[in-house]
Amino acid sequence: MANSKNNESTGLIGWIDERFPLSSFIKNHLTEYYAPKNFNFWYFFGALALFVFVMQILTGIFLTMHYKPDAAEAFASVEYIMRDVSFGWLIRYMHSTGASLFFVVIYLHMFRGLMYGSYKKPRELLWLFGVLIFLLLMAEAFFGYLLPWGQMSYWGAQVIVNLFTTIPFIGPDLAEWVRGDYLVSDATLNRFFAFHVIALPLALAGLIFGHLIALHEVGSNNPDGVEIKAFKDKKTGIPLDGIPFHPYYTVKDLIGLSVFLIVFASIIFFAPEMGGYFLEHNNFVPANPLVTPDHIAPVWYFTPYYSILRAVPPILNSQFPGVAAMGLSVLIFFFVPWLDKSPVRSIRYKGLLYKKWLTAFVLSFFVLGYLGTVPSNIWGQFSSAVPLLGNGDIATFVARIFTIIYFLFFILMPFYSKKDKTKTVPNRVTMP
Amino acid sequence: MKKLILAICLLFSIHLSLGASDIQLLKAPVNLEDKQSLQRGARNFINYCLNCHSASYMRYNQLQLIGLSEETIKKDLLFTSDKIGNPMSISMGADDAKKWFGAAPPNLTVTARSRGEDWIYSYLRGFYRDTSREMGWNNSVYKNSAMPHILWELQGEQILDPKTYELVLQRPGKLSPKEYDQFIGDITNYMVFMAEPNQQKRKQIGYYVLAFLFLLLVLAINLKKEYWKNIK
Repeated sequence: MANSKNNESTGLIGWIDERFPLSSFIKNHLTEYYAPKNFNFWYFFGALALFVFVMQILTGIFLTMHYKPDAAEAFASVEYIMRDVSFGWLIRYMHSTGASLFFVVIYLHMFRGLMYGSYKKPRELLWLFGVLIFLLLMAEAFFGYLLPWGQMSYWGAQVIVNLFTTIPFIGPDLAEWVRGDYLVSDATLNRFFAFHVIALPLALAGLIFGHLIALHEVGSNNPDGVEIKAFKDKKTGIPLDGIPFHPYYTVKDLIGLSVFLIVFASIIFFAPEMGGYFLEHNNFVPANPLVTPDHIAPVWYFTPYYSILRAVPPILNSQFPGVAAMGLSVLIFFFVPWLDKSPVRSIRYKGLLYKKWLTAFVLSFFVLGYLGTVPSNIWGQFSSAVPLLGNGDIATFVARIFTIIYFLFFILMPFYSKKDKTKTVPNRVTMP
Repeated sequence: MKKLILAICLLFSIHLSLGASDIQLLKAPVNLEDKQSLQRGARNFINYCLNCHSASYMRYNQLQLIGLSEETIKKDLLFTSDKIGNPMSISMGADDAKKWFGAAPPNLTVTARSRGEDWIYSYLRGFYRDTSREMGWNNSVYKNSAMPHILWELQGEQILDPKTYELVLQRPGKLSPKEYDQFIGDITNYMVFMAEPNQQKRKQIGYYVLAFLFLLLVLAINLKKEYWKNIK
C-alpha cells in the first residue's frame, strides 16, 4: 500500500520503489483504482480535457519559441509561424482549435456533472476544484486571445478590461492597473503574454492535480449515481461494481480519444477557421486602436455570458449590474452542491421537474450563446405600438427572458429539486 | 433533445444567411488547383497591386508552391526586391500613402481571410465613375473607398445607374468584360493562395491523418471489446 515499502518488485523498479512510491502510485491511481463499470460516453470528457490541456501546453511551448509579444511584431510573428516555421501552421491551428475544443469538452464535462449529480456529497470539493479550473480556463483563453494582436483580439480585450471601469469607486483605476496603460497597448500585451504562458497554466496544472486527487479520494460517480463503495467484496474489499481504471478505462478512453481526434483533425486540416467561429475573420486585420470594428463579438465560448452582460439594462446610468450579472452567471456554479436538495443524484432517478429545468437551462445557454455572436438589432425592433417594449430590440428582449431562465435554474433549484418526485435508486449499478 | 438540436441548427443557419451581409457579393471563381490561374494572378498582383499595397508576410520564394521556378521569379517578378527570400514589401511609406490617398493602402497578404474571396472579387469589379470623389472613383461594394480604379484601362469605365443602382459599362476598356472577370478572378485566386500558402498541403496531409485515425478507432474498439469480454 501507499506507505509500505514494496518488496515484491525487483530490479530497477524495486530500486526505485525503495526510494519513491512508484509502484504504489501506479496501483493507487491506475491498476487498483476502482471505477464504476457502468460509465457511458459522457465519462470520456474528463480524460479528454486532460488530453487537450497537455496538448495546449505542448503546442504552446513551440508557439512561444517563435511568437513575439510586442505590439509592433505580434501580428507579423503569427503570420511568420503560419508561413515560415516548419509545420508552424499545424502547431498554431492545433492550439487555436484546441482552445475552442477545450471549452467544448469542458462544457460537456460540466453538463455530465449536472446530469448525474456528480457534485453531491461527498464530491462537493471535487466540484469546487472543477469550477475554479473553469474560471481560470476562461481567463487563460481571454489572455491568449489578445496575443495574435488582430482587431478582434484588441477590441475584445478593450471591451472586457473596460468592464472593470464599471465597478463603483475603484473601477477606472483598476482597469488602468490591469492594462498598465490608458488603453490596451504593448504593456497590456506583454503582461497578458506572461499570464497566458506561465501564471495561469501553472495555476491550472495545480488545480487539475487537486481535482484528480479529490476524485481519487472519493471515487468516481456514475450514471446511476450509486455509491459503489457501499457493496464491497468481503474478502478483497474491492467494490463489486468497480473495475480497475487500467486497463479497462484506458482502453475505453482510447475510443473516446480516437473519435475526438477525428473531429479535431477534421477541423484543423479542413476548416481551421470553423466559419469564423474559432478564428474570427476580423482577427486577420492587425490591431488598430483608431478603428473600432462595426461589431465586436467575443469567441463563441464566451458568448452566453456576453449576452447576459448585454441583456441587463443599466441601472442609475451604471453598467455595473450587467457586469455583476455576467460574473454571477459563472460564479453561481460554485453553489450548485448546496442548491440541489434532491435525495437522488442521477437524472435517471430524478423526476420530470428537474429534467425540464435542465433542458430549459441548456436551451438558454445555447440561445444566449447564439445571441452573443450577433448584433443586438439582429431581429429588428418591436413596433412602437407594443406597450412597454415599443422600439426595443427584439433580440435584447429574448436575451433578457433567457437570462432570467438561466438564473432561475440555479435560484429555484432548492425548491424544485425538493418538490420533484424521484424514483427508487437501485442498490447496484445498471449496465447499459 | 432532437427538437433542441434542430432549433439550434436553425438558429445557426439564420446567422449564416445574415452573415452574408446586405451587399450581394459575386461568387469568386477560386480554384487553388488551377496553377495557370494562380501564376497569372501572381503576375497581375505583382504588376498592379504591389506598388501601393504591400504583402509583406509573403515571401517571393513561396511562389514556387504554385509552380513558378526560381529563375522565373527572379527574372520576371522581383521588382521591389533583389533576393528571392525577401518578403513582398513596397517602398512607399504608410505616412506618405495616407497623405496622398487619404488612407494607407492595407497590407494585402491575408485580406482574403479577413474580407473573403467573394468580397475581393466583387470589389475589383465594383468601381464606377463618381466625380464627387477626390480620386474620381467610387465602389459599389465598399462605399467611398479611397482607392482609385487602377484597372480602369482594362475594365473601362462603369457608371452607377441612378434608377436601377446597377453598374453599367459606359466606355469599354482594353479587355472584354469576360476577359476582365478572368483577370480579377486570377488575382482573387492568387490572393486566396497567398493568405495561406500551405493550405493545399494542409488538406493533403489531412486525408492521411484522418485515414490513420479511423484505423486507430477500429483498433481501439476491438481492443476495448477484447478487454471488456468478461465485464457484465
